[in-house]
Amino acid sequence: MSVNNLSQLNGLTGNTPLHAVSAHHAPVTSISESLGQMSAEKIIEATNVSKWYGSFRVLTEINLTVRKGERIVICGPSGSGKSTLIRCFNRLEAHQQGDIIVNGIRLHDKMRNVTDVRKNVGMVFQHFNLFPHMTVLMNCMAAPMWIKGVSEAEARKTAMRFLERVRIPEQANKYPAQLSGGQQQRVAIARSLCMEPAVMLFDEPTSALDPEMVSEVLETMTSLARDGMTMVCVTHEMGFARAVADRVIFMDSGKIVEEGAPNDFFTNPQHARTKLFLSQILSH
Amino acid sequence: MLYQDTVESEVLVHKPWFIAAVFAVVLAVFMLFNLTGTTFGEFMRPVIGDPEQSGLYGRFAIAFMITVVFCLNVVFIAFAPLKVQVGIVWLELLLLFLAFFDSFNLSLPFISENLPYLITQGVVTTIYVSAISLVFASMIAIIAAVAKLSSNGFAYAIASFYTSFFRGLPLLMQIYLIYLGLPQLGIIMDAVPSGILALSLCVGAYMTEIFRAGIQSIDRGQWEASRSMGFGFGLTMRRIILPQALPVIIPPMGNMFISMLKDSSLVSVLGVWELTFLARTIGQPTFHHMEMLITAAIIYWIMSACLEVAQSRLERHFARSKVR
Ligand SMILES: Nc1ncnc2c1ncn2[C@@H]1O[C@H](COP(=O)(O)OP(=O)(O)O)[C@@H](O)[C@H]1O
Ligand SMILES: [Mg+2]
Repeated sequence: MSVNNLSQLNGLTGNTPLHAVSAHHAPVTSISESLGQMSAEKIIEATNVSKWYGSFRVLTEINLTVRKGERIVICGPSGSGKSTLIRCFNRLEAHQQGDIIVNGIRLHDKMRNVTDVRKNVGMVFQHFNLFPHMTVLMNCMAAPMWIKGVSEAEARKTAMRFLERVRIPEQANKYPAQLSGGQQQRVAIARSLCMEPAVMLFDEPTSALDPEMVSEVLETMTSLARDGMTMVCVTHEMGFARAVADRVIFMDSGKIVEEGAPNDFFTNPQHARTKLFLSQILSH
Repeated sequence: MLYQDTVESEVLVHKPWFIAAVFAVVLAVFMLFNLTGTTFGEFMRPVIGDPEQSGLYGRFAIAFMITVVFCLNVVFIAFAPLKVQVGIVWLELLLLFLAFFDSFNLSLPFISENLPYLITQGVVTTIYVSAISLVFASMIAIIAAVAKLSSNGFAYAIASFYTSFFRGLPLLMQIYLIYLGLPQLGIIMDAVPSGILALSLCVGAYMTEIFRAGIQSIDRGQWEASRSMGFGFGLTMRRIILPQALPVIIPPMGNMFISMLKDSSLVSVLGVWELTFLARTIGQPTFHHMEMLITAAIIYWIMSACLEVAQSRLERHFARSKVR
């Protein structure tokens, strides 16, 4: 894995057995270039966001805008506030200062319509968090039926469509515990997609997986990106970041330290902290 | 089932030293009792002569006989497959109990004469008092459990006071308090509703803790996933959390149900004609105490056994999502 990443970073395109991810390298970049980002509507807009846990400041004046069709990768050392930040975007966590506007709705303490936000924001967790008492199919049908109120037949059709999209339609009637980690994570992705969200948040989706399952999940995410899904991914998969991201954001101690296009970010990091982090993550 | 290692373990009761040890212990235990005056003595008459006169020899012979039967039994059962083992041991224990009851010289005609009434009046009352109380108790328990887990101080205080009070007072006292105390407040209730109220409140308090533990046993990630998909609190609770908590809740709930079935006998102090009340009032005037008590006991046991079966069915049903 690390060898692959390094070779990509050094711009080598030799015969190293690359990840499936890198296969999509070319089309992805071309899509993002053709999108004309500046004009696209803003899906997430965070201005001066700060958050405290008691007296401990987790997030310090974060500014981040995610436009439609943009793919953003957030990385940084453990405990730097990456999860906290993206969990603020669907208000699983409350921020105390600043403004977060998601899909045109401002997130604040007294909001009654938090469901309006959440049904448009898909989230994929490190530990999948599938509902173990429901079949794979039911996991995918639940939200459309209970939140959007679509009919069972239609929910089933949508669910099967997205299970095919993540290439596990044959597991539809199994329970999550009968699936491998990679399969579970792909179901989790399909489950979020069934709500046809405006943006997908990924919180280290591959870091609980065995190495050989990482690529199947990354492949799924890459193909989502290719189809123009707006994505915010917390991940340490630098190969994925390089192939897919429009912007890479580096966080440390609750601040955005550096942000830039993947090429600049990996080949020419500006800050000492970023350099240190990259050297650590790529040399293990 | 406990975790089973794949290493083959030897059957303990097929080892000579073990059987010898068991033999010695059982023999010693039975030597402690003088059984010559009982049915055993009569049974051994051909060997030991008049049981009364046989003395230490008779005592030893009886103990030896029992020990041999016991050990043979154990050794043979060990050869059988699991299900057969369970069946045989159940049957044997049951027969022992029946033999024990039989030693009271019960009047069977008296039992069969009163049994229909005991069932149509007593059992029916017991079942409906318990069943209604169960429904109310479960509803109270879910609400109180959520209140105890909430961050609302008011709700928490009421719920914790409730569980503390009703778990802390003897049920009998609660029944009297409700039946005799509520009229002081101008609320007059019949015996049956008072009994149901007392049972619901008391059992609800215990169940609160069961529900709370069940809800808390569910991983935080389930809440997060559910809420992040836009499910509200009620929907999350009903469709995601409680269904997963049920397998955790069911064994202690089975306990609750069974003990409640029997605790319902306490409302007999209010003159409710349930099983225990009838057993006592029918038995007393005719001095057939034991007949009625033992009959009632067996009926309680049968009802509890039905609940046990229901419980194991439910457990199996909920185990299906755990398969790998
Ligand atoms: N509920 C909480 N209470 C207090 N501190 C927390 C809580 N959750 C996270 N933290 C702290 O906030 C910091 C950021 O956490 P997190 O966002 O999970 O980091 P990351 O995802 O980048 O590893 C960590 O130092 C963590 O210890
Ligand atoms: Mg994290």
